[in-house]
Amino acid sequence: MDPVTSGRITVTVNGEEIEYDVDARRLLVHFLRDDLDLTGTHVGCDTGNCGACTVIYNGVLAKSCMLLAIQADGASIETVEGLSSDGELTKLQHAFSDHHALQCGYCTPGMLMSATALLRDNSAPTEEQIRKAIQGNICRCTGYVNIVEAIKAAAK
Amino acid sequence: MTETATHPIVVTPGETKVGFVGTSVPRKEDKRLVQGEGVFFDDVKRHGMGYVHFVRSPYAHAKILSIDVSKALELGGVYGTLTGEEVAILTDPFFELSVKPGADIKDYALAVRRVRHVGEPVAAVVASSRELARDAAELVEVEYEPLPVLTTGEQSLGSDVILHEDAGSNVVWQGVFDWGDYEGAVAEADHVVRIERLHFDRFSSTPLECAGVLVEYNRGTGQWTMYGNHQMPGIGAIWMAPALRTGVDKLRFVSQDIGGAFGNKICLHPQYVACCLLARKLNRPVQWTEWRTDQHTANAHGNERTFLDIEVPVKADGTLLGLSVRAIDDCGAYPRYEPLGCIIWAQVTPGCYRWRNIRVDFTQVCTNKSPVSPNRGYSRMQHLWLTERVVDLVAHELELDPVEVRKRNYVRAEEMPYETPNGCVYDSGDYARALDIALELIGYDDLDAKRVDAESRRKLLGFGIGSTLDSGTNNFGQSTLLNPELQFSGNNEVATVKLDIFGEIVVTLGTVPQGQGHETTAAQVVADILNVTPEDVTVRPGHDTYWNSNAGFSGTYASQFAVTGLGAVKGAADKLAYEIKRVAAGVFGVTPDDIELAEGQARLKANAEAAIPFMGIGAIVNANNAVLPEDVRDVTLNCRYVYVPPFQLPDKERKFGNLTLTYASQVHVCLLEIDPETGVYEIVDYAAVDDCGTRIHPQIVDGQVHGATAQALGAATHEIFAYDEEGNLLTPNFYDYHVPHALDMPPLKTGYLESASPFTPLGAKGMGEGGGAGIHAVCAALQDALASHGKPTVWRSCNPYHQVWEYLREPKRLVEVKAQ
Repeated sequence: MDPVTSGRITVTVNGEEIEYDVDARRLLVHFLRDDLDLTGTHVGCDTGNCGACTVIYNGVLAKSCMLLAIQADGASIETVEGLSSDGELTKLQHAFSDHHALQCGYCTPGMLMSATALLRDNSAPTEEQIRKAIQGNICRCTGYVNIVEAIKAAAK
Repeated sequence: MTETATHPIVVTPGETKVGFVGTSVPRKEDKRLVQGEGVFFDDVKRHGMGYVHFVRSPYAHAKILSIDVSKALELGGVYGTLTGEEVAILTDPFFELSVKPGADIKDYALAVRRVRHVGEPVAAVVASSRELARDAAELVEVEYEPLPVLTTGEQSLGSDVILHEDAGSNVVWQGVFDWGDYEGAVAEADHVVRIERLHFDRFSSTPLECAGVLVEYNRGTGQWTMYGNHQMPGIGAIWMAPALRTGVDKLRFVSQDIGGAFGNKICLHPQYVACCLLARKLNRPVQWTEWRTDQHTANAHGNERTFLDIEVPVKADGTLLGLSVRAIDDCGAYPRYEPLGCIIWAQVTPGCYRWRNIRVDFTQVCTNKSPVSPNRGYSRMQHLWLTERVVDLVAHELELDPVEVRKRNYVRAEEMPYETPNGCVYDSGDYARALDIALELIGYDDLDAKRVDAESRRKLLGFGIGSTLDSGTNNFGQSTLLNPELQFSGNNEVATVKLDIFGEIVVTLGTVPQGQGHETTAAQVVADILNVTPEDVTVRPGHDTYWNSNAGFSGTYASQFAVTGLGAVKGAADKLAYEIKRVAAGVFGVTPDDIELAEGQARLKANAEAAIPFMGIGAIVNANNAVLPEDVRDVTLNCRYVYVPPFQLPDKERKFGNLTLTYASQVHVCLLEIDPETGVYEIVDYAAVDDCGTRIHPQIVDGQVHGATAQALGAATHEIFAYDEEGNLLTPNFYDYHVPHALDMPPLKTGYLESASPFTPLGAKGMGEGGGAGIHAVCAALQDALASHGKPTVWRSCNPYHQVWEYLREPKRLVEVKAQ
């Protein structure tokens, strides 16, 4: 049997259902960025370590560079572009700005997705829980100090 | 006509803060970035663009016998290839900054006939998708003949194996710096402390966004547009244009948002030239995004430096008299920005200390490792680590208090501005006071009790200090101390501020922001001068060399934005303020001195009712200028200012002169606990005190302090680019190269001082690099903690747990004290 090299997927991205023909080898992150032009989700490594590509996938966190787009058939995906609605920032997004939790902004989308998932599960996390929740997201600018502060503030 | 400029409200200690400078206004950059609406280079797409993948060397050192791209070209969707042979025909080698032997090194965009480090690009393939380009690269057949490999600086110095045959030597640059009277210092000393060896390890800041570019070539004009993340386009163009045999203006660098750079995006010219050649050859836009593994393997490491035969003449009371050292700097396979690191350290020759007699024998060599590039704290960090290790080891060996030894030897606040033995001028600062603040933050008075408590838990407590300088705003004249033929000196940066037709205030910068909040701080400065709010000021994000707001040294590097970038913004805004006043004065028939700017209007000081809104001023000049008197018609409301710091040429003979304008200072203190059974240690308390003069935006300053501390702690504890004997990098990705994660960071306390710089337009100093204080503090704390376990010498800058276990298992002492 010949290997499958492409296929049609149906995914829901930020609430919108999309049908798309994808190469079987297409990474989910490249599908989001290059095919759907949702460039808020970033790529920072080749190995699943950095978390810049973090999305919420069927309600749980996933690193979209560690999934193939074709695996996502039927999935519901949330990206950073889906957080605010009608240009209104969420409390968490406001807190990131208020507390200077971002400098270059490259890790920020992944951080926001991890923090969003945390706060959905746990509206009053401890500092330790916050640090655990973003342990999969590398930031090279902030030393995490203000990111932790921002998430604390958003939880209040 | 003489210009009278308004001044922004500069905050001095004790003064009420009136303006926006000195306050943490909301960052303009944030709204787009928290919504994923930033534009990083990899977000930019063009119709029909091809994706570039580099074929890279698996060998650290080898001859290239042949390259066959035919199978790659047969693959459907492959647009074309480029090899080193073509590059050697189409381009000239990049110019080298060094004198001989380094001057004769030939460095091209792709390897030509020989590879000198693992990961060196030997060919490039362009295809219709990222995946296909990678597949096609696999089909390129390269035949190599491996050569012997050199992986340390000392090996390179002593070897018959020569990396660059054109140069005939592995040495890039060598020189002796000798200031004061070292022999006299030895004669005066009670002791000479000798340290056999110290080694500053290789690491880099590894920005989360890798390097890359999208290049479009305009066949009609011969002009390349590069949407990328090069952080120093001024110098980038100076390298690239001659190599490409074109003019500087044919190279347009564009960036909006950059995902961190830290110096690691200064030396992208080889890859950029390869992409420019491909865009021209294939007549289509080409896009290259570096893979993380490629960034670690083959882009930009920090300088690795070995210090040998260190001697410190010292008085019995701990007064430091001098320092003598032999330094071997390993710059990897190609010098690129080097040998500038052979002089940049001299900006901080005495560190924070008053010793006057310093001799440094400095040699830089090539090895079969990744090339280096400036890396946060560039070259000064290595030297400051040396001075801090030395001061600490002297204190420990002479059984003196490290706090007292530092205070005895620190340059004092009342001595500022202080001229160093090599002619640099420390502008302001109070290191002893900063140390006191840091000590208070960690409860130093209770140190003995903390030690007893740690011992009761079978832990070794260590206390350490790292005191550093973050020198900012280079005098590029220092390059002439390395190579007298170089025609570089001073520094410059540009900004434009204009008032547009509907009254919009628009700023462009020559700098290349990567997260430092330039849009925000520029808006603060402009707002204070024009008497509006930062929200009224649009600062175009990023950099575009076609904005006409760039000069030869434009870029973001070397801790200088608050001086050069904001100096340019202030100059341009002052000019615009004056032009607005002239227009209003022309309309009202008064002099500019009779006009004030307030509430978005130019109005008569004597009668606030007589006012023209900025919109009116913009409209008059841009669309209704016949109403203006003749003598005001030169007004453009589009003001450009080049900030030039007040530098002189250094003295080449004496290697003497002011090499940099400002000296932000940092004092960090660290408390850690080691488990003596395993070598595992934990930082239990940590304080960082920063003094960068007037703080334009305190929150941004704090953020820089946090980030620099995190990077230094990573470098102190885990981050190392280690190689095996065959020149393979053992830490080529974030699995093996462990940067701090959220749970790794210790509790961090911060304090600050504001010693305004007397030399800068706003009293601010460049800051952000941080001088690696965390590395020094951790090393000192380990030294202290291990004192009861055979006093091993903490001789490396990176001390992972296994290294500490080595110290415990076999306490090797590399220090001896000789009484005079």
